[in-house]
This record gives sequence, C-alpha cells and structure tokens, in this order.
Amino acid sequence: MGVTGNPTSINQGTRTKGGIGESTLRPDGILKVTGEFAYSSDMWHEDMLWGHTLRSTVAHAEIVSIDTSEALATSGVYAVLTYDDLPTSVKNYGLEIQDTPVLAHGKVRHHGEPVALVAADHPETARRAAAKIKIDYRELPVITDEASATAPDAILVHEGRGDHHAGHVPHPNIVHRQPIVRGDADAAAARADVIVSGEYVFGMQDQAFLGPESGLAVPAEDGGVDLYVATQWLHSDLRQIAPVLGLPEDKVRMTLSGVGGAFGGREDLSMQIHACLLALRTGKPVKIVYNRFESFFGHVHRHPAKLWYEHGATRDGKLTHMKCRIVLDGGAYASASPAVVGNASSLSVGPYVIDDVDIEAIALYTNNPPCGAMRGFGAVQACFAYEAQMDKLAAELSMDPVEFRQLNAMEQGTLLPTGQVVDSPAPVAELLRRVKARPLPPERQWEVAGEPADVRALPGGLSNTTHGEGVVRGIGYAVGLKNVGFSEGFDDYSTARVRMEVIGGEPVATVHTAMAEVGQGGVTVHAQIARTELGVAQVTIRPADTQVGSAGSTSASRQTYVTGGAVKHSCEAVREKVLEMGRRKFGTYHPAWATAELLLEGGKVVTDGGEVLADLVDVLEDEAVDIELEWRHRPTEAFDLRTGQGNGHVQYSFAAHRAVVEVDTELGLVKVIELACAQDVGKALNPLSVEGQIQGGTTQGLGVAVMEEILVDPKTAKVRNPSFTDYLIPTILDTPTIPVDVLELADDHAPYGLRGIGEAPTLSSTPAVLAAIRNATGLELNRTPVRPEHITGT
Amino acid sequence: MRVNFTVNGRRYEADDVWEGESLLYVLRERMGLPGSKNACEQGECGSCTVRLDGVPVCSCLVAAGQVEGREVVTVEGLADFAARRSQAHPGRGHLPHAERSGGGCASGACGTALDKARQWEAEPAGEETRDTGELSPIQQAFIDAGAVQCGFCTPGLLVAADELLERNPEPSDADIREALSGNLCRCTGYEKILDAVRLAAARAEETV
Repeated sequence: MGVTGNPTSINQGTRTKGGIGESTLRPDGILKVTGEFAYSSDMWHEDMLWGHTLRSTVAHAEIVSIDTSEALATSGVYAVLTYDDLPTSVKNYGLEIQDTPVLAHGKVRHHGEPVALVAADHPETARRAAAKIKIDYRELPVITDEASATAPDAILVHEGRGDHHAGHVPHPNIVHRQPIVRGDADAAAARADVIVSGEYVFGMQDQAFLGPESGLAVPAEDGGVDLYVATQWLHSDLRQIAPVLGLPEDKVRMTLSGVGGAFGGREDLSMQIHACLLALRTGKPVKIVYNRFESFFGHVHRHPAKLWYEHGATRDGKLTHMKCRIVLDGGAYASASPAVVGNASSLSVGPYVIDDVDIEAIALYTNNPPCGAMRGFGAVQACFAYEAQMDKLAAELSMDPVEFRQLNAMEQGTLLPTGQVVDSPAPVAELLRRVKARPLPPERQWEVAGEPADVRALPGGLSNTTHGEGVVRGIGYAVGLKNVGFSEGFDDYSTARVRMEVIGGEPVATVHTAMAEVGQGGVTVHAQIARTELGVAQVTIRPADTQVGSAGSTSASRQTYVTGGAVKHSCEAVREKVLEMGRRKFGTYHPAWATAELLLEGGKVVTDGGEVLADLVDVLEDEAVDIELEWRHRPTEAFDLRTGQGNGHVQYSFAAHRAVVEVDTELGLVKVIELACAQDVGKALNPLSVEGQIQGGTTQGLGVAVMEEILVDPKTAKVRNPSFTDYLIPTILDTPTIPVDVLELADDHAPYGLRGIGEAPTLSSTPAVLAAIRNATGLELNRTPVRPEHITGT
Repeated sequence: MRVNFTVNGRRYEADDVWEGESLLYVLRERMGLPGSKNACEQGECGSCTVRLDGVPVCSCLVAAGQVEGREVVTVEGLADFAARRSQAHPGRGHLPHAERSGGGCASGACGTALDKARQWEAEPAGEETRDTGELSPIQQAFIDAGAVQCGFCTPGLLVAADELLERNPEPSDADIREALSGNLCRCTGYEKILDAVRLAAARAEETV
C-alpha cells in the first residue's frame, strides 16, 4: 500500500538453546546495525503531508484571539487546526486525570503548550506557515513554586477541578497529597542521641531519549485511521486518542514503530492525536517528527523536588525515626503526578528499618513544564535525600557510612512504613558489602611516566584545564529502594498470544503481544521464554499492535515480570494443549503419557527423565495451537489517604553503588572515575541485557548528579535550555567504567523468581556520586545536579 | 535545485531540493535511506554521522548543496564499504602501519588483547545471528557485545567507530572514548559500546 518502514516480524533461533538465563542476542540487532530498523521517524507514505505544532511562547496567558488566515493561504498548506476544529466534545486527555487540552482552549498553562496544527507538503512549509499564525496573548502571573501555588490569592492553574483527588487535597493547586504515619515519630525522636536534618533540592531532569517523538497517521477507507507511533503503552494511547477523534477504538489501529528510547517520556501522548486529526481532516497520511527543541516541550520531565528530612539515631547507630516532607513540582498538567506522589511517600524511608515515621508528599500544579514519569519515578528524588542523611548521621556518630547503613538495612520480613511486609529477599547489606569490597581503581591514572598527563582521564578532560593540580579524590556509597510494577491497587495485567505450528517441517512458536519494545530487550526475553517453555528453536516475535490485548506499560521495571509472565502463562497453556493432543494421538503407545511429568524440549515431547515420547511435528501435524491469555501479578491495595497504610506494592528492587570521583577543586569540575554497582535481579533472564540496563540506568543517575537539568526561568516559567547544546547528557568521556555485580536471589512470587531491574540503578547512582564529591571536597552539597560554582563557591 | 552525488557507491540525483535542506534530510526523505538518524539536528548527538569523502561528519550540519559531486557513505553502505576496504588492504585491513595515527599510544599499552576482549563476547543464540556474512566487523561486534539497545545512536556510532578502527586499529580505551565523544547514547552507559569496539579490534588482530 505504499508504506515504507512498516515493522516486520523478527525471526530468531535455529536450535533449542537460547532459553532463559542465556545471553542470547537481540532479534532486532541486525536490523538496527544495518540502518534498516524502522523507527517512528522513518515512516514514509506516498502522498504524505508533514504536520507541525505551533506552541505557546509564554507560560501562562489567556488567548485573546487566534488568526490562522495567513497560514491557511500559504501555498502547500493543506490544513490549519485549532481548538475550534476538534471534532467531538472530548477535548482533553490524560493518563489519570483528563486535564490536558489536545489544543489550548482560551488559556495556555505552560511554555510550549500546543495551540495550533499545520499540515503541509514539506516540513519547512509547515513550520513557516505555523509562524504566520497570529496569537494574541494576555499574560497572567506565573505560579512556579509551593509558595506561589498555595498563596491565599493564588490563581488556580485548573479551575473547577472535578478529579478524584480534588476532594482530599489542601489546596486546588495541589494535585495529590499522600501522608504516611506509622508509630510515633516525636516520641521516638526523644530517644535519639543524634538528630540530623536537611533540605535537599533535586533539579528537573529530561529523559532525553534519542529518537524524537514522531509517527505517521494514515486515514483509512472505513473512516478510521492507522497510526504508526513510538510509545510505551499502545492501549493507553488508544484509550485516550479514540474519544477525541470520535472513533470507536477498533477504528484506531495502532502499530508500534521502532522506539528510540523512552525512560518514561513516552507514557503521555505527544503527537498521536495531532497526526490523526490532520490525517482525518486532509484525507492524506500525515507524518509528524519533533526536532530536539520541540521534543523538550513535547514530553513531561522528571519532577524537580524540594525534600526536607529529619532522622535520628542512637549512639550505637540504630535509626530511631524519620520525618520528611517531599514537594514535587508537577507543572501545568497532572500526567503521572499522583502515582509519583504515591511512590515518593511510600519509598521515602529507603531500604532501612525505621518504625516511627511521619511522611508527607505532595505534587503541585504550577505553570512550569509538566512533569511525570521518568525512570525511578518518585523514588529517585527521595533516595538522593535519604542517602545524604545517612552520610550525615554516620559522620555525626563517627561511624563508617557503609557499616551504618548495614546496621539499619532492611531485610526480608521488614515492615515498611505502609505496613506492608517485604516478603522476598532484600539483600541490602550484602549489596553494600559487595560494592565496598571491590578493589579501588588506581590513583592518578592520568600520570604516565615521562609523558604529559593524559588529560582525557582528568576533570575537564580535553578542555585541558588541569594536569592534576588541585585534583582530589573522593569515594561515596548509596543504596536505594524501588517498587516494581504498577502499585496502589491498579489492575496491572498483561496479555500474550502464543501460537505453535509446524512450518517447513519444523515446530515454530509465534509470540504476539502489545508490549512496547523501547530498547530494553523485551523481545529478546520473550523469545527466550518461548524456547524454554515450548522447546522449540524457532520463535517469531510479531510486531506489537492493538490487534492483541493490552500489555500494559513499558514502565515501572515491569515488562519482563508482567508481559514476560503473560508469555510464560500462554506458553504453558499452549504446552498443555499440545500434550493433550499428544496423549490423544500417542497415549496408548507409552504409559509415560499418562504417568510422567512431560516437557517440551528440542522439538520433542520428553519425560522429566529425558525419555523421548514424540516429535512435536508428529503431534501437531497440520494443526495450530493458538492461545491468547491475560496474566496478572498479585493484587495490590490503595494507600489510605490519611495514614498511608496499605499493601500498595508488588515487588521491590535494590541496587547499591560506589562512586569514585576526582574533583578539580579550583575549577569545580568533576570526573567520575568509576561507578560500581551491585544489584539483586532475582533471576537474570538475559545476563547481557541485565548488565546493559544496569549500566544505562547508572549513567542516567550520573547525568543528574553532575550535569543534567532543565532550567526554568523563575520569573517567566520559560524553559531556558531546550537543546542538546545547553541540556547536557553524559558523553562517553563523561561516563566512567561501570563494573556490575549481579546477585540472583529468587522472588518466589515472580515468574522464574525474577525481579524488575530497569530503574533501581538510577536511584543510587546519583547520591553515590554526590557522596563522593562531598567526600572529596568536604562541602555539604544539598542540591543536584552539582554545578562548578557549588564546588568553588564563586 | 538539483544535487548529484554518490551514496554508498551509487550515483544519485535529487531534484527539487530546497536550498535549506540538509544532507540528512535528503538522505532520509528523498533517497529512502533513513538509517542516518535525526536525534538533535544541531550537531550535538552524532546519530546522523556519515562519511563525506571519507571524513566523518554530522549530516544534519551539511547543506545538501555542499555534497555536489562528492562521496557519501552511510550506515546502509557500511558493510560494503568495509568489505571493499578489506579487499584493498587485506589482513587487518585498514591502513599500513606507517600511515596510522599514533595518538594515545604513548604508554605503549594501547589496544586491548584478544583474550581480554573476548570476555565481553556474548554467546550467540543461533548460528544465523552470528555470521550473516553481510555485516562489517564493527556491526557484528555491536550485536555480539550487546552495544545495541534502542539502537537510535547505533548508526552514527558505527560509522564513527569504523572510521576510528580504520586509522587506529589498536585503540586504547582513551582513544575510543575520544573518538566517540561526539556520539550520544542514552541507553547503554557506553560500556558495551567500548566492549564492541575492543572486540572488533581484537578480532581484526586475530585475522592477521
């Protein structure tokens, strides 16, 4: 039909090996190294138009008028759409609260909010036409922090809130508030020999996935639309898109295109509805591709946070109590803010045993950029603060910071502040022991006898700012606690369709899910699971689309657990059916069909003793077994809105880091020399991918420790650095060696005993680097990222 | 305007090119070669890296008109390009020793021994995943070492890493980091990318 870049099914495997536990290679690897893998920005269609989004140049304003006439009159322009062109009464969308306008209506609430759309025959024509749209703004005061949001005369970011959090928040500019109270923190404080407190600031981090928001919407003859897009959850997108278009969900057919990274930034919609609207209006396929500048406005960021903590401990180093207050800036729209609040509060204690706590977390509505999901999701900000507190306490007590943590470390059976029991291994002390036991990298590695210093190994790098003068070394430790899966009573299921048949004289399994492969390697793992469960060599992974049930989100470290669990579950059902067929056909020939435990291995039905009963080819013949099933992990409960009590989480994930840094104290430049990580993964289904996740997560934590921050002007609420020139992410020169130590302590509740792994390393990486810089400089450093002026004091 | 140039050994003619279009745009949208990626379009991320008359450049910063009459190699042509280079300079394949830049080898400890590089090599799942015979050594090494996750940075990194190994077949880690410092990756933390380059270098040494 003239589309290029359509996703293709991926085949992998010729032998029965390649099951779980092996480092099998990515089935999409060859396509990705040859440039043939079709990302959402690579889509092309005959006769296609280019869409462009006009965004607000101010953060908070009433829209007095919009004049699109000049844009519409531009040669090559096919459509210009504003709020007035939306086809149905559903004009907002949102993950949990539908507060986000598809196109601004009467008001803009943040810098870069979409106001109008243009479709034209060339992307530059669309951009230039959009620039001709005249918008008259009447600017309003901006709400940028807790003080301005909750002032008695504060303008409400959203008037007339009717969402399910509106009734229990202390102010309409607070999206959600979650207190957690357990024991008696004040009484316990009286028992403390030392009390430390601190206020910590966490900057706004961007996911900075490399593949920009993009996709192609193709209008269909049945009045529906086919949408090829990069997202984290197809069915969540679908649920939000279809009502705005006025189409039933089965007329919005979504297919996952190649996704160039996500990290939470693709949970919310970006260009999906816009491309569909333009396609349906013009009757032509419409492609939208954000450039990097627009991408910074096109997705939510990690919540910046202010965190106030107080901890106490006895002279012998036991924690007595913890009080904390966490204020997250959710920006102009809710996005995932309520769930981020739930995480920040329930994980605010970290992986420590503290019986008496008084916790409060809130998210604000402001006119800053909307914030939502990013890897670590509320737990990252808390970990930065409580780990700084642990170091402060250890220093007060003259204890080793690792030993102090180990003395208070959570373990299996520990009760969390929510009243939930940690009912699987929690090797917090062991992870710390492992990173500490690792030999330290040699000092002054830049020194080469008789040669000039290798500046590449020094702070400042190729800028050649020091040859070792003023450089001091520091070492820091941190450990974190992250939940796995969607929490607080969410029905967090996944669906997998598995088919088994004989093709070309060989048994072949086909796995079809709607799981968004965003780079994490879920497709690799699905094939491994199918080989293990079905004993076949050939596994085909079908492209993810909405023709199969929901796989839930590629978020919350959940996909290997939940969609992996669903694939396993459906494979087991297929296996049962195949064995039934075998019993029917061959049961009378061998008693083992009735009496033995039967497995599928190497393309054959075998007994657990290894005796071969039949070839799968003979069992199946020309029949196909095809089963689609949903699978759920253990249910969770909502947190009580007053006390925060409740079995809110499914599983926990733990990682520890040791950072070794060298700091040029004269210029305030930091070189991270090594960032060692130890993590419990339950079961490494693919050890190579596990390491890749840990190293990638660690590096994102490093980024927000020393360089990454979206700067928002506090006077105007405008973003000041929406580019890779001004928003810096770690390069290969900024990133140290990341030795990884993987522990596999099975969680008996999870498929294969596995543990979700993607996020935990992002938690402890940042505070470990901060601790190392503090260790090197003796400075307090209560904010991240650390900038040179924080170190030099200039 | 009309632009004539050679891409991956084949002559191309692009018509109706607007003067403001980049080489990247022409490759992706006019020639059906979307392998070069559009992650920042301002020369910061390196995901659009191609060879222009042999020199690695960000194709997003090259105006289409600048490539008139010149030769471009993209990730789509990398395997062919490497094969032809290998035929022209058999053995370790790239350039005679004297022509190599000696940068970063001051300590004499440049390069990674084969045994050491091997430890990063993953076990392949199936024979066909290993030796397609259609990949360049650096492409194969990226797959084997687990250097590919989302893959969006991969094309640019492959072109840059291939060029590094062409002029410096035994790079030290510092050499690799320096050569690839213009290529951002957000998924891997770069460790497996280093592994891949070490592995490709070690394999080339082995075949001498």
